[in-house]
Amino acid sequence: MKLQILLALLQKEIALMKRNPIIPKIVFAMPVMVMLIIPLVANLDVRNVNVTVVDNDHSQLSRRIIADIAASEYLDVSSVSNTHSEAMSAIENGNADVLLTIPPDYSENAMSTMPQVDVEANGVNATKGMIGSQYVAQAVAGTLSQWYAENGIEMPRVDQSVIYRFNPTLDFRNYMIPALMVVLLIIICGFLPALNLVSEKESGTIDAMNVTPVSRFTFILSKLIPFWVIGVIVVTVGLLIGWLVYGLVPLGSLFAIYLAAVLFSLVMSCLGVTIANRSSTMLQGIFVMFAFIMIFQLMSGLFTPIDSMPQWAQYVTCLIPPRYFIEIMRSVYLKGATVIELAPQYLALLIFASVLCCIASISYKKQV
Amino acid sequence: MNKAIEISEVSKSYGYIHALDRVNFTVEQGELFGLIGPDGAGKSSLYRIIATLSAPDSGTATVNGMDVVRDYRKLRKRIGYMPEKFSLYQDMTVAENMAFFSSLFGVSAKENYDLIAPIFSQLEKFPDRMAGALSGGMKQKLALSCALIHRPEVLLLDEPTTGVDAVSRSEFWDMLATLREKGITILVSTSYMDEATRCERIAMINNGRILAVDTPSALINRLDENLYNAVATDMFGLLSRLRSNPDVIDCYTFGATLHVVGNDNFSAGQVEEALKKTGMEDVRIYHATGTIEDLFIKQIRDGK
Repeated sequence: MKLQILLALLQKEIALMKRNPIIPKIVFAMPVMVMLIIPLVANLDVRNVNVTVVDNDHSQLSRRIIADIAASEYLDVSSVSNTHSEAMSAIENGNADVLLTIPPDYSENAMSTMPQVDVEANGVNATKGMIGSQYVAQAVAGTLSQWYAENGIEMPRVDQSVIYRFNPTLDFRNYMIPALMVVLLIIICGFLPALNLVSEKESGTIDAMNVTPVSRFTFILSKLIPFWVIGVIVVTVGLLIGWLVYGLVPLGSLFAIYLAAVLFSLVMSCLGVTIANRSSTMLQGIFVMFAFIMIFQLMSGLFTPIDSMPQWAQYVTCLIPPRYFIEIMRSVYLKGATVIELAPQYLALLIFASVLCCIASISYKKQV
Repeated sequence: MNKAIEISEVSKSYGYIHALDRVNFTVEQGELFGLIGPDGAGKSSLYRIIATLSAPDSGTATVNGMDVVRDYRKLRKRIGYMPEKFSLYQDMTVAENMAFFSSLFGVSAKENYDLIAPIFSQLEKFPDRMAGALSGGMKQKLALSCALIHRPEVLLLDEPTTGVDAVSRSEFWDMLATLREKGITILVSTSYMDEATRCERIAMINNGRILAVDTPSALINRLDENLYNAVATDMFGLLSRLRSNPDVIDCYTFGATLHVVGNDNFSAGQVEEALKKTGMEDVRIYHATGTIEDLFIKQIRDGK
């Protein structure tokens, strides 16, 4: 009896969804667009850093340093200035991002001690300035150590070498693609159920539903199940594009990814339903949902690492469900982590799902 | 035997608006009961309470002896509610809507087909038409069929004929009469006063208050006023002149004529003569039969 009602409700949802002129297209088009375009445009690699050099040394070594910088893949020598103020004006009018000053007697000093150069960077574009100045410092150090080796000079120096595990080339895409799938689930599974339920309120069909003996749990379930299925479809499309277009295959099991996706779509759709229960118009629903989604995207560690947030904010992120989903996706994709290893994250999602599911059914009032 | 619907001292406010103010009335088993009142009188608020969708602030409402707040679960299987706004799924076909609502109530459409046959027969020609693409009258028939699919004991129809053409309206009332013969209690609301006479008893409601409850003929008998029709080419001039006459209690437009309520000194012949002398050559004033609308206007006037 109960099952029969649920089936009838699901049949209705599917019929309405199929006839909706936009939703089915969005479900396929949005993941495809996001997965195809965003990894190409949203790139944190810093290239084409313009360097202006003030060479006060005019030695073989200083000219070699300039030539090596010019030859670098990431750096360009935009100008060689005679004075520091001339170089500064190049930075001010945007022709250069980093200023390298080679002091007088640089190569002479280099014979006896580790010589120093000055590196100044334009901090307006913080990322470019920071990374660009590191590149310049590395390039200078590289040229210097080569020069020492060629001239047979022994210099006590600290050799730094960094190996990036799990993403050896620090390819931004490997980091981005799992995260984009999270964004898609946040948006699709969060917005669609909210819009669906509020539209029933706006069109008045909810009144016809409310006078039937359908229990609220059954009704809410009929709103959640279709979005589970949609969540799974979205993840599948994302996995396929990641593999076919970017050649990125999760190191871990697909089961681990789907389990997390199913839990997470439930979390998001329960949240959407809860918000819809409290909104009487589409506009209200969208606005409140948007506030949640903003916070979810900015505080879940999607764009900036949680570890670099202030301590209080790190505690807050524990209450943000996508945080766990992102951790799972990245670990499974890049490290090949298993469900058991990620048990705390799965458990957190499960708790969020159960609590929100209860809130969604309780907050749905058939009687005002 | 319980009363089909029993409303006692029901009040409901939305913020500072008093939608319902101590409403009382009862509907007998198997009665076709009308709730008559203008827009904003509180009809829909009352319907939402009886349909278990909203709880009264104070007072009680029972349907077949069951309280609308306490026993709402049991009641939902026994009432059929058709809201004022078309509330079926517009993007589903006629057949799908019917099948959907019958499975929600756990009945098969065939079981109760005898009940809906006279209404649904006209829709059977196009089972695959989207509900949203139906005409106003057809939408109402589909909505009524869906509200009847589980053979409710009490049928609650909130302004079912609003926005429906005159022929379909008349047909709709014929259908209600047929349903009543099958023993279903019907509470129907309307803002069309002329439909009141098709009910067995009516309650007149305005500003959240019940003005009168009785049979339509008994209510019309309450009109003991001198009621006259008045017509002339210059209707507006006639209206203002009659209103300024000290013997006229009230004068208002009524269809193509004016209705004039006179006091005991009012004499149709004398007033007609007087008006003709002032240049209204074609004025005619003659006796009129009172209607529910006249009573309504009287009730509101007396209430002031």
